[in-house]
Amino acid sequence: MKLTLKIWRQSGSREKGRLVSYPMDHVEPDMSFLELLDILNEELLLKGERPVAFDHDCREGICGSCGFMISGVAHGPQKLTTTCQLFMRQFKDGDTIIAEPFRSRAFPVIKDLVVDRSALDKIIQAGGFISARTGSAPEANAIPISKEASDRSMDAAACIGCGACVAACPNGSAMLFTAAKISHLGLLPQGQPERYQRALRMVNTMEKLGFGGCSNHGECEAVCPKGISIDFIARLNRDFMKANVVEKMGPVKNV
Amino acid sequence: MELNAKIPSGPIEKKWDNHRFEMKLVNPANKRKYKVIVVGSGLAGASAAASMGQLGYEVSCFCYQDSARRAHSIAAQGGINASKNYQNDGDSVFRLFYDTVKGGDFRSREANVYRLAELSMAIIDQCVALGVPFAREYSGYLANRSFGGAQVSRTFYARGQTGQQLLLGAYSALSREVALGQVKMYPRHEMLDLVVVDGHTRGIVTRDMVTGEITSHAADAVVLGTGGYGNAYYLSTNAKGCNITAIWRAHRRGAVFANPCFTQIHPTCIPVSGEHQSKLTLMSESLRNDGRIWVPKKKGDTRRPQDIPEAERDYYLERKYPAFGNLVPRDVASRNAKEVCDDGRGVGPGGQGVYLDFTEAMQRLGVDVIVERYGNLFEMYERITAEDPYQQPMRIYPAMHYAMGGLWVDYNLMSNLDGLHIIGEANFSDHGANRLGASALMQGLADGYFILPYTIGDYLVGVSPKDRPSTDHPAFKQTEQEAKDRMKKLLAVNGKRTVDSFHRELGKLLWDYCGMGRNEKGLKTALKKIPELREEFWKNVKVSAEGENFNQSLEKAGRVADFMEFADLLVYDALVRDESCGAHFREEHQTPEGEALRDDENFSHVSAWEFTGVGQTPVLHKEALSFENVHLAQRSYK
Repeated sequence: MKLTLKIWRQSGSREKGRLVSYPMDHVEPDMSFLELLDILNEELLLKGERPVAFDHDCREGICGSCGFMISGVAHGPQKLTTTCQLFMRQFKDGDTIIAEPFRSRAFPVIKDLVVDRSALDKIIQAGGFISARTGSAPEANAIPISKEASDRSMDAAACIGCGACVAACPNGSAMLFTAAKISHLGLLPQGQPERYQRALRMVNTMEKLGFGGCSNHGECEAVCPKGISIDFIARLNRDFMKANVVEKMGPVKNV
Repeated sequence: MELNAKIPSGPIEKKWDNHRFEMKLVNPANKRKYKVIVVGSGLAGASAAASMGQLGYEVSCFCYQDSARRAHSIAAQGGINASKNYQNDGDSVFRLFYDTVKGGDFRSREANVYRLAELSMAIIDQCVALGVPFAREYSGYLANRSFGGAQVSRTFYARGQTGQQLLLGAYSALSREVALGQVKMYPRHEMLDLVVVDGHTRGIVTRDMVTGEITSHAADAVVLGTGGYGNAYYLSTNAKGCNITAIWRAHRRGAVFANPCFTQIHPTCIPVSGEHQSKLTLMSESLRNDGRIWVPKKKGDTRRPQDIPEAERDYYLERKYPAFGNLVPRDVASRNAKEVCDDGRGVGPGGQGVYLDFTEAMQRLGVDVIVERYGNLFEMYERITAEDPYQQPMRIYPAMHYAMGGLWVDYNLMSNLDGLHIIGEANFSDHGANRLGASALMQGLADGYFILPYTIGDYLVGVSPKDRPSTDHPAFKQTEQEAKDRMKKLLAVNGKRTVDSFHRELGKLLWDYCGMGRNEKGLKTALKKIPELREEFWKNVKVSAEGENFNQSLEKAGRVADFMEFADLLVYDALVRDESCGAHFREEHQTPEGEALRDDENFSHVSAWEFTGVGQTPVLHKEALSFENVHLAQRSYK
């Protein structure tokens, strides 16, 4: 197939960027989108031009490194798919495809399609953990966990932290990402002691880092490559509100 | 040089316990004075950094990814072994130990493997406490599944994403320490060299992959958890960024490299679809339980599989191994697939594939059962190949997967270089010549959570933080300068071939001559061709001229340059190890059934190689292996 790539080129975080067209004449349907970029980069390199910078690593849809906007949709047109698992057979001969970085106030562009997503790490650092020192764990089967709770927790834990939800949200909110972690841990008995502190700290940190709030557009769920449900955002809201009430009551005397 | 494995005395089941008591402790108030560098944030690196941070050491952790959570441990699918015996099916520490030593074809160190089996249970406890959502039964208790190489059900799993969930557990513990200031995280940093002063490891030189800045970091001990070297073969199941640079540079500074030729090739991966192929995706080995493997009897048969009559198909595994059939071990399945493809009977683009056919299973069990067992795998296959495995057989082919070899370590996970510790896939210790499924995750976490945090204390007691040189020390300055010069040199070549084209050629060389089957003639050919390719690389490589800041082609060039140097060692080790064992299959040494034929008389040792210069013959140091608890025996699949 033949198609045209229009790619956002920006040589550094402080430089101005623009879309540049690249005609691609030998596109195989069995190529992944990133393999097409590999080929373009080889061509650019041999012509003495600057290759396109893009993040990628495992190329099997689990590490969360890759991802950019493909014709306006985070990770492209195929549902439940990361950019690395998107194959060219999803496109038609003659198509023009626009590739742009994930855009959000909290994700500054580093170069071309590469953005800085370290704000997501900071949200986790604020409370996305269970404080269980190495060596302090009880026997693994000491606390039975219903299969239902465990499965539901796993549904939330499947988040790969790619940031597509943030890029797709009109508010640039990281609510789905944050909700997934709060729900993953909050659904398990081990996560209970820190549950409300966790919600409070993670949500407050998220806001401080420049992410917007949630106004129920649902765009996040639509682009999530792992199909994380926005139901988890409702869970986050409940935990966050309860945490605020508890916080206002002052030091806990009687729980 | 004398390699002292420092294996504690006493009966095997008491060694680790006794050793823990005998090791010296760092006074709690003094711990904060010690600096430790951890390179890599996978299961081993993240769990080690988090655990040492909790103990009070000042830890710095480096990773090349943009976040610690993305290390390639994340891609492990199947599970993690532990001898909990929750199934009441006869498992025990000794049985897990026995299976692992036997699976490794008697080329691992008994004491290390026993300790691994012992610690396996605490790992599961720790992971559950951290919130890893392992699969559970309706009772609420943990579920298990079976895995290759064992007759008990001891594998814990979280759907098909066990590696991801374990890594996110370790990453969350690490994140907590980062927030507390115990660990300083350096994402998008790669280690370019190790700094050794008077035989002591004193720090590392890194490159900030965003700004290109090359800087030094000093510490009282350095820990490398930088993974394996499967990407030397270009196409592998490893992530694109996985590389050998950290351990190779340490090797060049004096750390000996053990058993580099022990590389595992996984039989069920999705085949290459064309020249553009950038990596290979693994399909769970469980598919071989119900799928039948075959190729056409006729060479160059281009008919659709469904049009090839039964009589014209060769179910070669069932034909050659009537007892085990399609369920022969990984290495045997892989070698046979290569053989039929080399014979011109491979299927799919380029003839590099064999059929894995579920037609018979669907007739026997019904489609619903197949959907239930393998639905998600079939979907993944269809997404990548656009072929529906319910309608036509899957195509599979073996791919490079895991490195059993790595830097040599003693029982304390310390290399022969004072202060340099190696954990996870980057070391060599536990898997011998072949790793069993679901054991890599176990080893990474055992090293990071439960071994290194103790053994590093014993080392640090003998070191004074006052002796830690500043990064202005001439050794740091010189190492930094060498790294800078190397970057400049790569940029200056300005030739006509891209880094990827060199990497592809190197990978093909290794795959053809040092892959599933190896022989003297092929290995010698490779030893001639690799230096030629390396020479061309330094004359003709083309790296993007955008300079030393964010430059992905420069990153790749540095890594491929190191793979090019390493390739000699990999092949040379395969040549010198004139026996077959586990995944190392020398065609000259096989039983009449085509099974690996060990030579215990001459090769029951670890081959640890000392660097003497690029293209120079390395010096061999042997660590003899003795088997006192598991008796040497021929593996059999009859």
